[in-house]
Amino acid sequence: MSQGWSPVSAGDGGSPGGKLGLDPALVRRARELARRAGEPVVELARSHTTVSVERAVLRLAGVSGADPDGIPWVNRLVDAVVADVGLAHGAALPVFDAMVREFGPPSGWSSDPGAAVTLLAQKAAAGSVRFRMPTGRAARSARAAARRAVGAGLRRIDRRRAERERLVRRYGDPPHRPWIYLIVATGDIYEDIPQAQAAARAGADVIAVIRSTGQSLLDYVPEGATREGFAGTYATQENFRLMRAALDEVSRELGRYVRLTNYASGLCMPEMAVLAGLERLDMMLNDSMYGILFRDINPIRTFVDQRFSRQVHARAGIIINTGEDNYLTTADAVADAHTVTVSQLLNEYFAHEAGLADWQLGLGHAFEIDPDLPESFRLELAHALLARELFPDAPLKWMPPTRYMTGDVFRGNLLDGFFNLAGVLTGQGILLVGMMTEAVATPWLSDRDIALQNVRYVMRAAGGLHEDFVPAPGGFIQRRAHTVLGEAVSLLERIVDQGLLTAIAEGTFGIMRRPADGGRGLDGVVARADGYYNPATELLEAQMAGARTGGGQS
Amino acid sequence: MTGGPVVRPYGDSTGDGMVQLSFTLPVPHDKRAEGAALQLAAKMGVDPATLVHARQIGDRFTFFVVYGRVNHLVDLSTVRVVERDFPLLSPKEINALIRRRLRRKLSVVGACIGTDAHTVGIDAILNVKGFAGEKGLEYYRELAVTNLGAQVSVPDLVAAARAARADAVLVSQVVTQRDAHLHNVREMSAAFREAMPADRRPLLVVGGPRFDETMAEELGVDRIFGRGTTPREVASYLVHRLVGSAAPGGDAAAARARVAG
Repeated sequence: MSQGWSPVSAGDGGSPGGKLGLDPALVRRARELARRAGEPVVELARSHTTVSVERAVLRLAGVSGADPDGIPWVNRLVDAVVADVGLAHGAALPVFDAMVREFGPPSGWSSDPGAAVTLLAQKAAAGSVRFRMPTGRAARSARAAARRAVGAGLRRIDRRRAERERLVRRYGDPPHRPWIYLIVATGDIYEDIPQAQAAARAGADVIAVIRSTGQSLLDYVPEGATREGFAGTYATQENFRLMRAALDEVSRELGRYVRLTNYASGLCMPEMAVLAGLERLDMMLNDSMYGILFRDINPIRTFVDQRFSRQVHARAGIIINTGEDNYLTTADAVADAHTVTVSQLLNEYFAHEAGLADWQLGLGHAFEIDPDLPESFRLELAHALLARELFPDAPLKWMPPTRYMTGDVFRGNLLDGFFNLAGVLTGQGILLVGMMTEAVATPWLSDRDIALQNVRYVMRAAGGLHEDFVPAPGGFIQRRAHTVLGEAVSLLERIVDQGLLTAIAEGTFGIMRRPADGGRGLDGVVARADGYYNPATELLEAQMAGARTGGGQS
Repeated sequence: MTGGPVVRPYGDSTGDGMVQLSFTLPVPHDKRAEGAALQLAAKMGVDPATLVHARQIGDRFTFFVVYGRVNHLVDLSTVRVVERDFPLLSPKEINALIRRRLRRKLSVVGACIGTDAHTVGIDAILNVKGFAGEKGLEYYRELAVTNLGAQVSVPDLVAAARAARADAVLVSQVVTQRDAHLHNVREMSAAFREAMPADRRPLLVVGGPRFDETMAEELGVDRIFGRGTTPREVASYLVHRLVGSAAPGGDAAAARARVAG
């Protein structure tokens, strides 16, 4: 998977301007501006922590399970630490200091630190453990014990990654591009499983399990196998495990590794990233701004959580999917096309900074231009090709029309056909299969079958057409792409001037205005004190500094 | 007005009664499956029916397309059209009406009250992300939305409504154990009645999957919305009650839902 994703740039001998004749200096400037816009936010992320980051660290150390009310022990543990000493120094030091005080030296419990630290969480929930900030020798031994327990969690993630690489070698990647991505969303994991297996047999390369509405706003991760969700199924560690096992079974049967996707975005991004790594999920929805814009989650909370979660995804070999398609469901897909480009550039910067390589960047965009607009398809091609050429080594995630799907299923199927054609013509990496019954109902069995026939027809009939598709120099498509890139650079200049947080507060993306001191989850954000200790960050960043592969920009 | 015009479907000539129909049966594709599809069509009043397409899906299902003549008639004089009690407006119309008639933003405060932690309902209505392909109320430029989230106490809700000068209060309840949803809503409406004179009280709107929409009066609220309610319906209702009903663009047709009688 290290080769470029772009058949477009491969076909033209790597000429600097590609098919669109983009000015390489302008492209460099766009990236430079994205870096300058993003750097202060990364600084913010480096100087803060959140309840979810600390819970993720303790999950890596092995805390698992939930109390009889369904509140995870890791939440009870972090709440107890907050009550006694706060989080400014991180949870690892006070927790592992208490471990040593309660259970003696690590040699007594290090064979199963997860069980021990879960027991500590239970005691803390019962109020029978008090936390303190250790100093001197106590601090040193707490630090060493924490590093060892968290290191063991990271090694479990490493083993799952190696397992994926082995299975991909054994069964192989899909022979075609784009990969075909299908959604299941019954609300019941035991109903999702046969549907996902059927979708894989019908040709899906990637299965996404849609989450229950509103899960992104829960400040905890539900536990166990779940059978009741709202328009989707709760993301839990057990549901992840069940679905991955079912897809392993079908991968074996089909001789093709079927990937599994879920969602990191929301108040529990860091924990979701850990659970996804532990259960060998293959892709995660992880956008740098989605939670802020569409779920009104506090911007600082989002950026801190996002950075940690992406560091974990980088380690786990997970491909992230970003959410630019969402902007176009609120903003105008023509007038605001450049905000998608800007967001892609920011997502790329934040992703590289967190250690993700280009092959892990499923940058999002969508086919959402009003079909009644003259030349709407040419505009779509210009936008899709611009994304392809700006990010030649990223598996772009191409999202189908939703906004102008009306319930006229015949017209809907035609639009989806044009969407599929634009996808193969511009070399998209991951194609989310559009349903003609979008806006009518959750897809029926027959809807999915018809949608897959649509994709297969286009891929068979025109799969190689990207070779012949070379927009005329100076023509409509090239001019449109240049305009969008130019507008993106102007917007980035403005964002650099005023600061990204101010730009978000003023409604630059997807119309929503989101001030930095508003939104959900702000009370879970804490400024790091001197001496803050987070063994996960330490270990993840040490590895990043050691081996940064494919992370640089061309 | 008896014996009004009688109509039947139109394929390519008046009175031919032609319809198209597609469905899936849970059987593999064979002769018997096709026979089953035709029998179903006949029972639906399609006679003669022609099976024009059959395709197996997976190993247990078959998808069919059937064309045929339907023998049912519709007497237009017997069609009952029920007026919705408020017109369904587009976001643009809603914003325009508020701007023109209210001349300030319409303030909406939403919450889950009691111990209910399920914000899914209130978030589906209020969050930009919305529900069923419709953006939530936050997306409407002329609505000022305060979403208090979960487990809000009734006194806190009343205080927040007062502080936000709420025109409307939206409360969502999912948990129904021991009729908690009914109890909570009665407590909430009583608290608003006590705290504010009737003419200054915000419109009280309740939503949740298990409510009976006819119980509004009994619970002391202005309106109950059940399962499947979309943000646009709620916004349209708020505008209808608080700003005035007539749609700006002669959009009366949109205000009707047709129900065959």
